[in-house]
Amino acid sequence: MSANDELIELGAAEAAEAVRAGDVKPAELFDAYRERAAADELNAFTWVADAAPVEGPAADAPLGGVPLAVKDLFCTEGVPSQAGSRILAGYRPPYTASVVARLAAAGTPLLGKTNQDEFAMGSSNENSAFGPVRNPWDRERVPGGSSGGSAAAVAAGLAPWALGTDTGGSIRQPAALCGIVGLKPTYGAVSRYGLIAFASSLDQAGPFARDVTDAALLFRHMVGQDELDSTSLAFPEPIALPDGADLTGVRLGVPEELTGEGIESGVREAFSATIALAEQLGASVEACHLPHAPHALSAYYLIAPAEASSNLARYDGVRYGYRAEADDLLTMYLRTRAEGFGAEVKRRIMLGTYALSSGYYDAYYGRAQKVRTKIAEDFRSAFERFDFIVTPTSPTVAFRLGEKTADPLSMYLNDFCTVPMSLAGIPAISIPNGLSDGLPVGFQLAGPAFSENRLLRAAYVLEQALGFDGSQARGGAEG
Amino acid sequence: MSASAYEPVIGLEIHVQLKTRTKMFCGCELSFGDPPNTHTCPVCLGLPGALPVLNAKAVHYALMVGMALDCELTPRSIFHRKNYFYPDSPKGYQISQYDIPICGAGRLGDVRIHRAHLEEDAAKLIHLGGTGRIHGASESVVDFNRGGTPLVEIVTEPDVRSAAQAREWLTLLRTTLRQLGVSDVNMDEGSLRCDANVSIRPAGSDVLGTKTELKNMNSFRYLERGVEAEIARQIAIVEAGGEVIQETLHYDPTTRSAGGAPGAISSLRSKEEAHDYRYFPEPDLVPLVLEERMLEAARAELPELPAQRAERYEQELGLSADTARLFAFRSELGDYYELAAAAAGTSAEPQVLANWISGELVARIGDSDPAASKVTPGAIAQLVVLLRGKQIQPGAAKQVLDALVADGGEPEAIVAALGLGAIGGADELAEVVARALESDPAAVEKLRAGNMKAIGPIVGFVMRETKGRADGGEVNRLVREQLGL
Repeated sequence: MSANDELIELGAAEAAEAVRAGDVKPAELFDAYRERAAADELNAFTWVADAAPVEGPAADAPLGGVPLAVKDLFCTEGVPSQAGSRILAGYRPPYTASVVARLAAAGTPLLGKTNQDEFAMGSSNENSAFGPVRNPWDRERVPGGSSGGSAAAVAAGLAPWALGTDTGGSIRQPAALCGIVGLKPTYGAVSRYGLIAFASSLDQAGPFARDVTDAALLFRHMVGQDELDSTSLAFPEPIALPDGADLTGVRLGVPEELTGEGIESGVREAFSATIALAEQLGASVEACHLPHAPHALSAYYLIAPAEASSNLARYDGVRYGYRAEADDLLTMYLRTRAEGFGAEVKRRIMLGTYALSSGYYDAYYGRAQKVRTKIAEDFRSAFERFDFIVTPTSPTVAFRLGEKTADPLSMYLNDFCTVPMSLAGIPAISIPNGLSDGLPVGFQLAGPAFSENRLLRAAYVLEQALGFDGSQARGGAEG
Repeated sequence: MSASAYEPVIGLEIHVQLKTRTKMFCGCELSFGDPPNTHTCPVCLGLPGALPVLNAKAVHYALMVGMALDCELTPRSIFHRKNYFYPDSPKGYQISQYDIPICGAGRLGDVRIHRAHLEEDAAKLIHLGGTGRIHGASESVVDFNRGGTPLVEIVTEPDVRSAAQAREWLTLLRTTLRQLGVSDVNMDEGSLRCDANVSIRPAGSDVLGTKTELKNMNSFRYLERGVEAEIARQIAIVEAGGEVIQETLHYDPTTRSAGGAPGAISSLRSKEEAHDYRYFPEPDLVPLVLEERMLEAARAELPELPAQRAERYEQELGLSADTARLFAFRSELGDYYELAAAAAGTSAEPQVLANWISGELVARIGDSDPAASKVTPGAIAQLVVLLRGKQIQPGAAKQVLDALVADGGEPEAIVAALGLGAIGGADELAEVVARALESDPAAVEKLRAGNMKAIGPIVGFVMRETKGRADGGEVNRLVREQLGL
């Protein structure tokens, strides 16, 4: 192993520790990753920093200068922030998203911006204006989406950790398909200020990391109320680094609605094995019901497009981003949006516009909100009996590039197990729990609002017992 | 049918820019007249990723407005997005309140309030080339300084029945808002903007006719004229057997209509082109929950409002209803009156003092603020006290007031300097009356024949001779005495 390879094989938390101990120079660490990110063959990055920051991290910076890959839809001052869209091609914002600024202050300099589905709409990263991202486990397959670039970068060791956003599964599903850890926090736990919005009532930023400990460390410095985001909330307790070796007394609920039909056999087997392992570790496991969960996708595909249709109205060519030339205002609007947005984004804008239209609002958006309330109630009553709800993260392993692009509905079904938690605003984490045909499988744990500390601990105990090895993807990506 | 066979039904929608330090949803300072686009930030420019944060002061002001308009206050109101594409709307939507506004039903004077809600103002489009309106402009530019200014939109019930009433009521509203100190309420600068929904119906009917929305009336005069013109237009349509169509209309006071009336009305858009604003709850803001301390703070800052003031003038001071309303609605007159009344103490009748201010003084200074005139409240009070003590006569008092308006000073000194003191002894006056009778035998003859109207020229003669210093009643008595009537 070269010296650089050794640095790359350090986990993020270990690397931060090594920097603080004086064993590793922050610039050295940054350059090791920068070199790999710049040589990215997965199309995971849309922009990579030219060099390590001139000023290293403060001596007491808790994250020790360990560099961070950031999904393209986080605004970063002076750095392209394009949300995977042609309509924002070349857009460099005049300000930085609160969570990115917060992390930079804690000692994670920006390594690069990562590819994604356009405006976070997609489950395969094939909807990017900057081309699809390849899965480091099999380059003919998708990394999942929408945060596919961040997931692939961390899995391939092009970044020690990364930021993503999750609206209906956009952190958890690519984490599962790339064999890494991804956490979607409680809605409101992390500021949304500076996140290019997809669906405001669902969007939430979260960490990608190789393991649960790194995810917890990054998350620790992400949470907190932000006066610039009215929907953000103070996290009730500090985020702890997880430890423990058993799950004694932990009650797991397995919802029949999310673990039955439609789950691929390899994924189902891995799920059953992990359930058995949890029982061996002392957890009690019982079947349960989330009666409204089967309607979650329908509700989600009304609420999210409705909000998106409004959130994306600002891309009109007047002030920034792409503008098509035309002689009058209406033609300029129409051409700019026709040429600037991709097919999936247009599909959702049309869906959302329709759902909000006068005369249809009650039947679509109004009813979807009622379903959303019911789903949240389902979880609330489940959490009276269980500490966590567990499901497979994705019903399938990574699929082939192009396999589902012609069939939006089958693509949407990929989020079947992750969307209910998004609608309920509760935290959920995906950890790798094995391989199926040589491709990673993800295991999802969801808990009540602000239960992240308990969730991270349970995920950590399982992770230790599972002993998943993701190093293959890091080796495979090099050169 | 004649015009009087129709009853106009008018409702008003008033946009009030709040005088907060910063904008509705960001920290940019409000400005008027500053260079374009110098008060902007990611939030009010609608940059990707920016989020709104509600201005607490705007809520405070809205609560004061709601209380002043006697509105029901909503314990938990919410914001909606009103979606439309236009370059003055950088997000593609306006954040406003929709079905759950902060202020519900209320009343001001004789007009019921339907609701009042908070929203953000649009940016300002400037059309270059041509007339300044969009038609004929060569290009348009956007100034985002105004974008995001806090607005309260007040919507009345259709309780107004004439253009004059619309104007009078808007005056009351403006005074109320000015007293509250929540807005500059300047129609020229757009801090007070009024649209009118106008319809007509046969007098006595209680069915509402098709309404039109009249925009761009940026003065009280134009509001009255615009509404008048629209009522006339609708009556003409109906009289000709046509039907009024629902549309948004633009009133242009600088032109004349086909009929020659001042101000042309032109159509902006009809109902067929009406926007579907696709309102839905703003997910970037949390519900606005009123806490007791917010209500207390708003209540504590409420000044005496015009309606209360008018009532106090009527009840406590015994002023006539008209005078009480005038002083209450034109608060500068009320303020001046109160200072003068304090100076006069119990030595002047409240209504007489009021009449001298609302009648004689206003006739001399017009719409300007009496506090800015050379007539101090103390001076006008002294004048009325002199009158009451019969030390001067009304005619002389008017001359004293002329002098006060022109040069200021003290009434007593002016009376002395100009020799305007009332004629003291009856002998002196009797002599003047005798001369008057002598000079007009024709009048004397009529008087003797019992035609008392003929006394006018005699009294006029005496007043001229005495420069208004004579007591009219005394002159009358002396005429009768000298003619043995």
